[in-house]
Amino acid sequence: MPAGSSGTYHRRLCEGDGSVLPVGRRPVSAPLRVGPQGSRSGLPGTLRVSRGRRPCARPRRTRQVARSGVGPAAAEGRAAGISSLTMDPECSQLLPALCAVLADPRQPMADDTCLEKLLDWFKTITEAGSSLLLLQGNPCLVELLCHMLKPQDLSSRVLAFSLRLTGVLAAQEDCFQYLQQGELLPKLFGEAGPLGGAAWTSPTVRSGWIQGLRSLAQHPSALHFLADCGAVDTIFSLQEDSSLFVASAAGQLLVHILGLSMPGPAGGPPSLQAGDWPACAQKIVGHIEESLRATATPQITQALNVLTTTFGHCHDPWTQVLWVRLSPLVAGLLEKDPVPAAHSLVDLLLSVARSPGLSSSSCGLWETLAQTLSHLSPTQAGPLALGILKLQDCPQALRAQAFAVLLQPLACVLKATAQDPGPSGVLDGIVGDSMTADMLLPSKAACVGLLCRTLAHLELLLPLPQRPCPWPQAPLLGAAVTLLQLCGGSARPTSDAGRHLCALLLGCVRVQRAALDFLGTLSEGTGPRELVTQVFAVLLEYLRSPDSSPTVLKKAFQATFRWLLSSPKTPGCWDLDPHALLFLRDLLPVLQKRLCSPCWEVRDSGLEFLTQMTRHWGGQAGFRHALLASEVPKLTEQLLRDPESYVRASAVTAMGQLSSQGLCVPPAGPEHPGGQQSLLAELLHILSTDSEGFPRRAVMQVFTQWLRDSHADVAGDTEQFVAGVLQVASQDLDWEVRAQGLELALVFLEQTLGQPRSHCPCAVTPAVAAPVGPLAQALQPLCRVRLFEFAFRALFDCDRPVAQKSCDLLLFLRAKTASSGSLQESRSSPHVASVEAALQRWQAGDQAQPLGDLEPEVVLAVLRSLDLEGLQGALAESSDHVEKSPQSLLQDMLATVGVLGGNEADCY
Amino acid sequence: MKLYCLSGHPTLPCNVLKFKSTTIMLDCGLDMTSTLNFLPLPLVQSPRLSNLPGWSLKDGNAFLDKTELIDLSTVDVILISNYHCMMALPYITEHTGFSGTVYATEPTVQIGRLLMEELVNFIERVPKAQSASLWKNKDIQRLLPSPLKDAVEVSTWRRCYTMQEVNSALSKIQLVGYSQKIELFGAVQVTPLSSGYALGSSNWIIQSHYEKVSYVSGSSLLTTHPQPMDQASLKNSDVLILTGLTQIPTANPDGMVGEFCSNLALTVRNGGNVLVPCYPSGVIYDLLECLYQYIDSAGLSNIPFYFISPVANSSLEFSQIFAEWLCHNKQTKVYLPEPPFPHAELIQTNKLKHYPSLHGDFSSDFRQPCVVFTGHPSLRFGDVVHFMELWGKSSLNTVIFTEPDFSYLEALAPYQPLAMKCIYCPIDTRLNFIQVSKLLKEVQPLHVVCPEQYTQPPPAQSHRMDLMIDCQPPAMSYRRAEVLALPFKRRYEKIEIMPELADALVPMEIKPGISLATVSAVLHTKDNKHVLQPPPRPAQPTGGKKRKRASEDIPDCKVLKPLLSGSIPVEQFVQTLEKHGFSDIKVEDTAKGHIVLLQEAETLIQIEEDSTHIICDNDEMLRVRLRDLVLKFLQKF
Repeated sequence: MPAGSSGTYHRRLCEGDGSVLPVGRRPVSAPLRVGPQGSRSGLPGTLRVSRGRRPCARPRRTRQVARSGVGPAAAEGRAAGISSLTMDPECSQLLPALCAVLADPRQPMADDTCLEKLLDWFKTITEAGSSLLLLQGNPCLVELLCHMLKPQDLSSRVLAFSLRLTGVLAAQEDCFQYLQQGELLPKLFGEAGPLGGAAWTSPTVRSGWIQGLRSLAQHPSALHFLADCGAVDTIFSLQEDSSLFVASAAGQLLVHILGLSMPGPAGGPPSLQAGDWPACAQKIVGHIEESLRATATPQITQALNVLTTTFGHCHDPWTQVLWVRLSPLVAGLLEKDPVPAAHSLVDLLLSVARSPGLSSSSCGLWETLAQTLSHLSPTQAGPLALGILKLQDCPQALRAQAFAVLLQPLACVLKATAQDPGPSGVLDGIVGDSMTADMLLPSKAACVGLLCRTLAHLELLLPLPQRPCPWPQAPLLGAAVTLLQLCGGSARPTSDAGRHLCALLLGCVRVQRAALDFLGTLSEGTGPRELVTQVFAVLLEYLRSPDSSPTVLKKAFQATFRWLLSSPKTPGCWDLDPHALLFLRDLLPVLQKRLCSPCWEVRDSGLEFLTQMTRHWGGQAGFRHALLASEVPKLTEQLLRDPESYVRASAVTAMGQLSSQGLCVPPAGPEHPGGQQSLLAELLHILSTDSEGFPRRAVMQVFTQWLRDSHADVAGDTEQFVAGVLQVASQDLDWEVRAQGLELALVFLEQTLGQPRSHCPCAVTPAVAAPVGPLAQALQPLCRVRLFEFAFRALFDCDRPVAQKSCDLLLFLRAKTASSGSLQESRSSPHVASVEAALQRWQAGDQAQPLGDLEPEVVLAVLRSLDLEGLQGALAESSDHVEKSPQSLLQDMLATVGVLGGNEADCY
Repeated sequence: MKLYCLSGHPTLPCNVLKFKSTTIMLDCGLDMTSTLNFLPLPLVQSPRLSNLPGWSLKDGNAFLDKTELIDLSTVDVILISNYHCMMALPYITEHTGFSGTVYATEPTVQIGRLLMEELVNFIERVPKAQSASLWKNKDIQRLLPSPLKDAVEVSTWRRCYTMQEVNSALSKIQLVGYSQKIELFGAVQVTPLSSGYALGSSNWIIQSHYEKVSYVSGSSLLTTHPQPMDQASLKNSDVLILTGLTQIPTANPDGMVGEFCSNLALTVRNGGNVLVPCYPSGVIYDLLECLYQYIDSAGLSNIPFYFISPVANSSLEFSQIFAEWLCHNKQTKVYLPEPPFPHAELIQTNKLKHYPSLHGDFSSDFRQPCVVFTGHPSLRFGDVVHFMELWGKSSLNTVIFTEPDFSYLEALAPYQPLAMKCIYCPIDTRLNFIQVSKLLKEVQPLHVVCPEQYTQPPPAQSHRMDLMIDCQPPAMSYRRAEVLALPFKRRYEKIEIMPELADALVPMEIKPGISLATVSAVLHTKDNKHVLQPPPRPAQPTGGKKRKRASEDIPDCKVLKPLLSGSIPVEQFVQTLEKHGFSDIKVEDTAKGHIVLLQEAETLIQIEEDSTHIICDNDEMLRVRLRDLVLKFLQKF
C-alpha cells in the first residue's frame, strides 16, 4: 500500500461529514440527492492515497477546530491514533532541537497544526504517565516555558501553545507543585505573564491562556492558585471578549471552575447559605447574580449561557441549590418587556428541566416555564414549547399550554381562512385574540419563518412516544392542506386576513417544502375521508402545477408516496385501495409528463418515485394494470438514454425494478428483438460504455439484485451473465463499480456454495441448485466465471474499500472451504507458483498479466498461502499510519521550519 | 392635459394624449377577439364546417374600430411601442384623414409588416364570394344566437385591410432608435426606450421642459432575446401611463415553457403530432431556442419541426439581423461570428423547416410525427385551420396554445367534438404585478394611470389581492371611451432671452446672492418657443406728419417708473417721522402689518408686506412728504 503523509486528520474530518470524494470524481451538487440514494456522493471513508506531502493542507482545518471550542474532544479523538504513549529515546533526542526552534522568534512555525498535534501527543503521554517525570527527563521543556517569560517578540501561536502545554502538564498535582516552586505558573498565568503584555491583544494567546487554565484546573491546589492570581476576575472580563471563541471558552471555564470548587456528590448535602460555599464558587455565583440583574442584554446572555452549560453538564446535588437560589432572578427577567435574551433563557429553562439532578416540582420550575410560555412571542416560545413537550415527566397542564403555543400559528392560518378549527376542539380557543394574527402577518419573512419553524417542530414531535394526546390529526391535516393551497394560489380566503396571508405566502417555496414534509409525516395517522381526499387533491395540484419548483416537486412525490402507503388496505390484500387506484389513474399522466420535463431534477425525482411505487405495489394487480395502461414504462425505457447521468442512473434503477416485476413493455420494432432480453443487453451496454459513474453503479446494483432474486433473464444462463458482468466491472475506473462487482461475486458465491445469506429476505431459491457435492465441483462454476481472477485483482486495488471487500470475500471463501478438507491441495505444483508470482507482480502494481484459467485446487492453495489476515489488518489501518508516529511529527516540524514559501505553494 | 382612452383592452391599448397643444396617439392595438364569433376560414372547403347546425359562413374578417371620441384627423403623431400594438394602423392612417407622422423602431416596423402581411394573406387567399353585413343591423343582431347577440358596437367591425393600405400606412412611419430625442413642434420631446418585451419594443418618454410623462407598454424584465428594459430613464415622471402587463399573471413563463416542452415530448414520443398556433414572431423565437436545447436531451432529434407562415422565412431571417436590438448575450454572438438565435442551426441541420404555406413543398416533405408552428392563434384563419381539421380526430395529437391573446376554449369551439389533446401553456413575458410594484417603487412616478382592470383583482380570483397594482397614491384608472384629466397642472414655461437683450440687463443685488433686473422686451411666440426680443426703439418724434404704417404700430414706451423693493422697519420709520417733526405717533399692529397713525395730521399710513398706503385728506403736500420718507427705506432699480 503506498503511503503518503497527507493527513489522517483530513480523512477523519471527511469521514465525519461523510462527504469525502475520491480524487478525480465528479462532486455531486444535485440538490435532490437525499435519502437512500445519497450514497452516490461517494462512500465515506475512502481516500486515494496521495503521494505528495502536503503539510499546509492542515492548518485551516485545525484552526477551525481549535476555535470552535470542540478542540479538546477532537484532539482526544486524534490522539487515540498516535501509537507511542511514552517518550521514546528518538523523540527525546529531537525534542531539545524542537524546543529551541519554538523559542526562537526568528524561526516562525508556519503550520500550527503541528503544534496541535504536538499538544495532542503530550496529552497522550501525560495521560499515560507522570508529567513530572516527563519534565525531569526533558529539561528542555521547562526551559521552553521559562523562555516564554522573557520580554521578546514571540509568535502568539507558540505562546498560546506554551500556555496550553503548561496547563496539560500542571493537570497533575505533583507536576503542578513542581512548576509552582519555580514560580513558573504565576508568571505565566498571572499579571506578570502575557496577560499584562502586548501579546494579550492576540485572541490566540487569550484562548491559549483560557485553555491552559482549563487543563490545569483539575485539583484543589489549582483552585487556590486561581484564587491567588486573580484569574477569575480576568475570566469574567474575558466573557465579553471581542472574539466569540474566547468569550465562549471563558464561559465554559467558569462552569468548570464552579464545578471543581463545589463539593462532589459524596460531600454531603450542600447548604443554601451563600456563606457556606467555597469562596471561589461564591465569587462566580455572585458574578452570575449580578449579571442577571444587569440591564444590558449581553451580560444577561452570558450569565444565562454559563448557567445553561452548568445545568447541562453537572447534575450534582448542589445544582439544585444553585437553581433555588437563582430562579427568582431568572423569573425576574420575565417581568421585563421585551424579555431580554429570550433564546438563552429558553435554553436555560430547558437545560434545567432536563437535568436529572433537579426535582422540578420542588423548585417551581413548572410555574416558571408556564410563565415564560405566556410571556414570550410565538417565535421565541416555539422552541420552548417543543422542549417542554419532549420532556418525559411534565404536568399535563403545562404540556397542554405548550402544545397550544406550538399550534398557535396553524390555528391562526385556519382562522384566517375561515375554516372550522376542528371538531376535536384542540385548536379551539387558541386564537381568541388578534395578537397572534398580527404576529403572524406583519411581514413575509416573519410569517414564513414562524410557519416553517412551527411545521418543523410539529414534525419532530409527531413520532415521539410522548407526543400530546389526543393528537389533533384532522385540524393539522386541514392546516397543512390550507397552507399548501395558500402557497399554490388555489385557496379562496374570504376574510381580509386570509387574503393578506394568501398574498404573503403565494409561491413561497420554503413554506411549500415544510408543509409537504409535514403532510408526509402526517400520513402515519389517519384522517377523515374528506380530508384525505383533499390531501390527495392538493398533492395532485402540486404535482401538476408547472410552477412547482424541482425541490417542491420532489417533496410532493415523497409525500404522495407516503400517503399512498398509508391508504387503508383490505385485509389480506396488499394492493392499493379503490380510492388510491382512482388517484393513481390521475397521477400517472402527471408522472408521464414529469418524465418529459426539461428540468433533469424533475425527471430524476419522477423516476425515483416510480421505483418506490413499483417496489411496493409492483406485484399487485390494480397497480400493474394502471401502470401498464400508461406510457410510463415506455418513457422510463427512453430515459436510459437521457443526457443527464443522474437521470440515466435513476432510469436504470427504475427499469431494473420494473423488469423484476415483469412490468417492462417489450418494445416493438425490429431493432428490439425479444424485449426483456434487450434490457439486459442495454444495461450491459451502459455498464461498458457510459461515461459517467452513476449509471454504471446503478447497473451493477440492478444486476446484483437480479442475481439475488434469480431474475428470469439471469437465471437462464447465470454463469454467462456473471462472467460477462465481472469482466466489464473489473475494467471499470470507478471503484464503486468494482466494489459492487465484488458484492455480485459474493451473491454468486453464496448461491453456488449453497448458503444464501440470512439477511436477504427477498432471496428466493437460487436457480443454480445448491451443491452439496465435492468442493472442487462446487468451485468449478466460480472458476468458470473467472471470479477468482476478479477477486485477486481487486485484492490489490488501489482503492482501499475494494481491496477490503475482496479480502473479506476471500476470507469468507477460505472459511467455507476450510471445513471440507476433502480437496487435495497442490501447494507445490508449478501452476500455484506461477499464480503466486503473478499475484506478487500485481501487488507491486503491475497488473497487466492475466492469471488464465484456474483450477479449484490451485485457487485453494493460493488462498491458503496468502496472508489474508495480515492484509486485512494493513487495510484496516489508515493510509497514513506509517507517517503518524510522534517521531515523524517532530521531524516534520523541524524540517518545515524556515521553508514557509515552499509549503504555501504546495497548498491545495 | 387630457388622456382619451380609445381602447379598453389593457394589452392592446390605444390612447390619445393631449399635451401642450400636441395630440399624441399612444399605440393602436387591434382587438381581434371578435373574430372568435366567426367560423374558421378553411383552406379547403370543409363540409363539416359549412354544415354545422345553426351556423352559416359569414364574412370572416371583422375588427373592432375606434369610437368617435375624438377626431382622429387631429392626431399629430402616433407613437408605437411594439409590433402587436400597431395592427390597427392602416385603419387610422388610411380612413380618418390622419395627416401626421408615426414613430416606431425599425424591428417594430419590419415585424409589424410581417404580421400584417400574414394577416392579409390569410384572409385574401380564401376570397369570399359574398359577404353578409345586414346582420349588423341592430334589429337583426338581436335575433342572433348568444355571443353575437351580445357583441357590442358590431357596426364598427370592419373588413380586414388590404396590402395596399398596409403599405401606405407603413410609409407614414418614421424610424427611430432607442434614446433618440424627437422634437414635436418644439413643444414636447418624445424618446423611445427599450422595454425588453420584443425585438424593437419601446416605452416612450414624452416631456417638456417642466413636465414628464412616461408611457409604459408591453415591457418585460425577463432575460429573453430583446435588449433589457431601460428603467432608469423612467424616473422622475409626473405621470406614468401603465399598460400592457402580462395577461396571465398567474402563469410563470418559465413553468409554462417547461410545460410546453414536457407535453410536446410526451406527444411526440407516443407517435402523435404537436400543433402550436402562434404568431410568426416573438415568443416563437424563445420556444425554438428552448427546443434547441431540449430536443437532444429528450431524444427528439429526429422529429421534424415545421414553421408554416407566409412570412416564416422573413421572420426567421429578420430576427438574426437586428443585432443592435438584442440582449447583450446575443449581440456578442454577432462578433464571433455566430447567428444570435440558435434556430439558424436548427435550419442548417434540417431539424427546423419553414414553408410559406402548406401547399407546395411542404406536402412532399411532410413527415409524421412532427411539430408544426403556424398561425393564426385564433384558429379562425391561416394554415392552422387545416391542421386542426386534419389532426383533431386523433387523441395521439396535441394542440398547445402558447399565445395568451385568445381564449383557447372559444378558439376550439367550432372544432368540437375534438379528440386531440389540448394544452394551454400561455407564455406571456410581460411584467407581472410583483415586477410592476418593484418598478414603481424604483421609478417613483407622482401619478400612475392604468386601465381599470389593473386596479382590482381579476373577477375570477377576487381574493388575489396580489394581482393588482399597489402604489401610493392609488393609480388613476381609465376604461374604454373615457376622457381623463391628468392630475397635474403646468406651471412654468421656458422663455429664451435674446443675447443683445440679456446684454443690456443691469442686475442689482437685492439680497446677498439674489440680483434682479427689469427687462422690457417683446415676447415672441412661434412653434411653441417663447423668445424675449429687444423692444423696438422708441419712435422718434416725427411731428405726426408721416403716416404710421400698420407694421410700425408698436406699443407706446412710457418712461419707466423704478421698481421698489425691501421692507419698512416700523420703529426706524417712526423715528424718522419724529425727526421730521411729526409727533403724537401711534402704531397699531394689524394682521397683515402695521398702521401708523399721525393723529395730529389726521393721517394714516398702512404698512403691509407688499403695499403701503398713505391715507390723508386732500393734503397732497403732506402725502408727498410722507411718500418720500417711505421711499427712503426702499431700494429702487
